[in-house]
Amino acid sequence: MSKLHTRYEYGGDEFVFVQLSEAMSLEANFKGIAITRKLKERNLEGIIDICPANASYMVRVDPDVLHPDRLINELREIEDSIKDLDIEISSRVVDVPVLFEDPWTHEAVMMFRDRHQDPNSTDLEYSARINGYNSKEEFIGAIDAAPFLVSMIGFVPGLPWCFQIVRQEKQIEVPKYVRPRTYTPERTFGFGGAFAVIYPVQGAGGYQMYGIAPAPIYQKEQTLPDFQESIVFPQQGDIFRYRSITRDEYDAVRAEVEAGTFTYRKKEITFTPQEVLENPERFSEMVLRRLYHD
Amino acid sequence: MIKVLKPGLQTTVQDQGRLGLYEIGMPPSGAMDQFALRVGNMIVGNHPNAAVLEITYIGPELIFEKDTQISLTGGLIPPKINGVPVPMWETLAVKAGDVLSFDFVKSGARIYLAVEGGIDVPLVMNSRSTYTLIGIGGFEGRALAEGDVLATGDLHERKVAAGTRIEESLIPTFGRSHEIRVIVGLCSYRLTEESKRIFLETEWTVTPEANRIGYRHKGQRLQFVEREQPFGAGSNPSNVTDLGYPIGSIQVPDGVEPIVLLHDAVTGGGYATVATVISTDLNRMGQIKTNEKVKFVSVGLEEALQIRKENQLVLNKIAENIASR
Repeated sequence: MSKLHTRYEYGGDEFVFVQLSEAMSLEANFKGIAITRKLKERNLEGIIDICPANASYMVRVDPDVLHPDRLINELREIEDSIKDLDIEISSRVVDVPVLFEDPWTHEAVMMFRDRHQDPNSTDLEYSARINGYNSKEEFIGAIDAAPFLVSMIGFVPGLPWCFQIVRQEKQIEVPKYVRPRTYTPERTFGFGGAFAVIYPVQGAGGYQMYGIAPAPIYQKEQTLPDFQESIVFPQQGDIFRYRSITRDEYDAVRAEVEAGTFTYRKKEITFTPQEVLENPERFSEMVLRRLYHD
Repeated sequence: MIKVLKPGLQTTVQDQGRLGLYEIGMPPSGAMDQFALRVGNMIVGNHPNAAVLEITYIGPELIFEKDTQISLTGGLIPPKINGVPVPMWETLAVKAGDVLSFDFVKSGARIYLAVEGGIDVPLVMNSRSTYTLIGIGGFEGRALAEGDVLATGDLHERKVAAGTRIEESLIPTFGRSHEIRVIVGLCSYRLTEESKRIFLETEWTVTPEANRIGYRHKGQRLQFVEREQPFGAGSNPSNVTDLGYPIGSIQVPDGVEPIVLLHDAVTGGGYATVATVISTDLNRMGQIKTNEKVKFVSVGLEEALQIRKENQLVLNKIAENIASR
């Protein structure tokens, strides 16, 4: 079934890097999830780190204990065993509120026009236009309409790369800034390549900026209930619905966050890659029903 | 207790690192020169993962508030106690009230101060290493500042006699041009054959952007193989679908300047990685300064593992040296 081509590479003497596909796809991501979860279950001695990514993954080993070539043999074996992707993924579907066109990211957008492809539009106007939408409202509607798969965590602690669960032809794709910005507000909702992200902390960045999330996805103080186990909220395999909210709701959520009472609306979910790949729209609808009505 | 009279340019608490957390986007942090960390701890009889101070370019001024033993390893930033030069790579006894200070850096970039028992700061996700980007680990998640007071811990394993010194031949030295061994790979298929050759033949100059996050190098422009970019990869030819970055991996955004990612680097992103510094040479990488020269030398995996073994043998020999005293 798969048209993917896997490449195994050494990253120095301690890393093995495995590229499952050069292009991003739900299939490549599910394959990476399946392999890395199976690898984790094998509990091999000498593995230090397993880092799943979008269409690739990497593993860090202590080569004195586990020779990288032995690991590669192991990984090939696992890959053969999951050919049909007949695995179950247990994760969470989460409501993630976003205030689009907020004053804070708008200010940042205007500050860095000289680093953008189109200095005369905002990031939203530009992105809507190049993706064939008639207005930025329609474009925001498309982001709001279908949930996203958290396909990778990284860059900095907690940053989720999110890939929308829609057919390939409906995927949004935007370039990154021509030159990276030196400033991005904390909790900015951005888009680059085929990925939506939330910036966990203030910092440099190159993704288009569309809005801001009122709730954190990273909290080092760990005072909010969702952060008791980890300073990082997103996990690979989660399904995030980026819901467009009003300024009033934004302020209300901020108040809850500041009072230490905020929790994400979320549901546990178990699904198979097959049900997503066969009919992304049906799967998305099912997931949203489960999140808001079950 | 150790009190900071002057902090130096960038002095941080580091240990072997915060390992195993790539999947949440947490880089390992830890000492840039792990060899110096390891030997420094040996010389004072500490557990290998006891936390030390990593001192960069310009040394701090520290006052010890009780009698203890210390060691100084790594790059040559000549240390002095109460203004009198003291040797590196040797077990030094210090008295309450003694002041440790440093001269200007002579060679290398980072010197490590190990103290009997280790620097005691809270463990954050199993490590005492400072990760300043998000402000966790180490001393309040930041580099030391004037007036800070550091406690020492209980990671002391055996008494080492003051004056114990390791054999001269086992001590690394650092010049101004460096050969750094790499394994070419990862996404090196993105570079043209000619650029792969240029990458290995160029004598690169380290730019002022050289820190715990990464080292940026000036030299020649590299070219990527022309192609229609795969879906999700982004529009620049140096872009790939966002992937994980191994520590030591080298990327060349837009083909302009190769960046070696180091211990506090971002854990992933959308630039093609073309080679990885072998683990043994990461230590040397941490001893390179701005404006020094770097040549990347290609080795295979078996050669890298052999080099790793030899490094381990040196460490074993040093341990024997110390034990035989």
